[in-house]
Amino acid sequence: MDQDQIGHLSPDWGAGLPRPDFTLRTETPLAETVFAPWDDADEKPLIRFRNVTKRFGEFVAIDDLTLDIYEREFFALLGPSGCGKTTMMRMLAGFEDPTEGAIELAGQNIAGVPANKRAVNMMFQSYALFPHLSIWDNIAFGLRRESSDKVAIAARVEEMLKLTRLEKFARRKPHQISGGQRQRVALARSLAKAPKLLLLDEPLGALDAKLREATQFELMDIQEKTGTTFVIVTHDQEEAMTVASRVAVMDEGRVMQVATPTDIYEAPNSAYVADFIGDVTLIDGTAKARSAPEQDTRPAEVPEVSASPEPTRAPQPNALGIWLHDKVLAPVIGPRKDIVRQLPPPTAQDSPKSETPPGGVEITWAEGQPALIALDGDQALDGHAVKLALRPEKVTISKDKPQAVNALQGKVIDIAYLGNLSTYHVELADGTMIKAQTANTRRVARRDITWEDPVWVSWSGTAGVVLNT
Amino acid sequence: MRRAALIAVPYAWLLALFLIPFAVVFKISLSDIALAIPPYTPTAKDGIWAMLSQLDIENIVFLTEDDLYWKAYLSSLQIAAVSTVLTLLVGYPMAYAMARAPEAWRPTLLMLVILPFWTSFLIRVYAWVGILSNEGFLNQFLLWLGVIDTPLTILNTPTAVYIGIVYTYLPFMILPIYSALDRLDGSLIEAAEDLGCSRFKAFWLITIPLSKNGIIAGSFLVFIPALGEFVIPSLLGGSGTLMIGKVLFEEFFSNRDWPVASAVAVILLLILVIPLVLFQRNQQRQTEAGA
Repeated sequence: MDQDQIGHLSPDWGAGLPRPDFTLRTETPLAETVFAPWDDADEKPLIRFRNVTKRFGEFVAIDDLTLDIYEREFFALLGPSGCGKTTMMRMLAGFEDPTEGAIELAGQNIAGVPANKRAVNMMFQSYALFPHLSIWDNIAFGLRRESSDKVAIAARVEEMLKLTRLEKFARRKPHQISGGQRQRVALARSLAKAPKLLLLDEPLGALDAKLREATQFELMDIQEKTGTTFVIVTHDQEEAMTVASRVAVMDEGRVMQVATPTDIYEAPNSAYVADFIGDVTLIDGTAKARSAPEQDTRPAEVPEVSASPEPTRAPQPNALGIWLHDKVLAPVIGPRKDIVRQLPPPTAQDSPKSETPPGGVEITWAEGQPALIALDGDQALDGHAVKLALRPEKVTISKDKPQAVNALQGKVIDIAYLGNLSTYHVELADGTMIKAQTANTRRVARRDITWEDPVWVSWSGTAGVVLNT
Repeated sequence: MRRAALIAVPYAWLLALFLIPFAVVFKISLSDIALAIPPYTPTAKDGIWAMLSQLDIENIVFLTEDDLYWKAYLSSLQIAAVSTVLTLLVGYPMAYAMARAPEAWRPTLLMLVILPFWTSFLIRVYAWVGILSNEGFLNQFLLWLGVIDTPLTILNTPTAVYIGIVYTYLPFMILPIYSALDRLDGSLIEAAEDLGCSRFKAFWLITIPLSKNGIIAGSFLVFIPALGEFVIPSLLGGSGTLMIGKVLFEEFFSNRDWPVASAVAVILLLILVIPLVLFQRNQQRQTEAGA
């Protein structure tokens, strides 16, 4: 794909055939600046949901929802089935109208505008390819509706075929190509009219795991090349995290959180989001504000405490080595000094709790267990019932007591072996289960923690997220 | 071996009940009329060779000389073709409505389409005599409404024949179209609208082409029996309606001219072979596309 073609695919082409000009897009490529229009107060959103409610009879599918989506975003609507994400997409496409509220596309209220008059195209979950038309005619279908310029249509179709690497299949019928190819035809067809907004309804649901992964990157690539705004609906959180610039987590017709994949994962705003995205251990307790930091700012960098169980010993000779030394070398280099050489004692940084930076909250959660410290915790939560959300990969498991801000003793109940990772389910004395994950850098046979082992689980002061309940 | 035996059953059936009777009819069509039992000559009693040597195509030549016959063939073709189109025009919207109806209603609607088969075809056609005659229900009703002053003459006209054929063969049109439309994925229509089609355009560009096989199957299922139809034209059409089925019946039972009647039947079959072969090929292509 050379520069010229990127110019062809610019979104302003959508107004109609023949295309206006062949100028290159001169804006700065995305990679050079951080793409975050949602943080820019001057940026006008492309799509604006304003207090949208959608009811089907008694059932409330979308409940007073307000949401902005910006141009060139790859926006994911994520949620379990029945959360209203498909309804939102169908309202954008024009197949449903909101019961209350307004949806604006580029500043225009689009309620009542029929689907065939919207600069919005949709890629259907079933792909909805027309079985009686060839791939070429499928892609040309939308173009033919708005223009009779055969040359322009043919050029655009060829361009889309090239973009999706389908040139060889142009003459085939949809039932003569594979699932992955069909997916690309559906994408090419929905992109052909250069819509302002492309809706993707579970676009990769029908593909197998390997192909899905490859296609995710392909989608991102095409999104970047064409500069089209993509809104993707999915129930697969991994897919949403991979492709999207922002993710909206939905539940029962409401948006629970809208944020970048990193924020959604690392800083969920509710137990629902924390639980829905990835694996998490939630610990109930009561927050208590810790003494405020002395400086006006908290230390920006809180050290990740090493959970190394014991001071590392330097190599020691074995029996043969001692014998050799005593019998052969001693006369020459003198008697062996039998001392244990150790690494220097731990520095102040990864040392005990007294050294833990002040601030944040501590959470009392069970009789006879130490309070858990969360340095990021909001001090306003003092006295509230809270949940501490812990990602398994941020919890370290070890046989000996580690020197960490938070360390609890328990017993391994279950090990889930995932190939690259293992998740240990550790039961604490009071029955609480904590999940800890380690990367399997060694072969299975050489791992030293197994079922029923007494272990310590530990995590740093910033690993957990304190959530109001 | 067992597979061969299994395949042999339908072929034996075809041989015994179609091919052999057809051979007999074909032989009779080449014979001459006679005042005897059976009313033709020669017969196998004369010896096989003597019988074969006396056969000629006199009757078939006769059919081409008397314009009654080719007029009857043409008129049958025309009536069958027009009724097929009419049945399609009535049946397609019904099938479409059925396929769009709520899921829960569909079995009931389907049963309602098949329901007329539970009564004898002959009785149902007779019922139309009662409805369409000058003193019939339809005229009484229209007079009562004040739409007309004098009763309409419908019975014993081609119109009555069309009504009868459309009524009788409607289920044969609806069922294949319904089955094609039922399989149609609703998201295809949405996709067409999403790509800029109006409702009507989406129907024309997507729904119609995708129900094409149903339309073709339904049309053949109506056209083929309508072409040789005898009961409907004779009960509803009166003497003015010329159809080959009626001609055949009269040759056989009124004139007792078995050879000419057989010749009419053979020609009719030859005419029907063309659409039958086309129908068969369509079915075959459909199964191939489905596979």
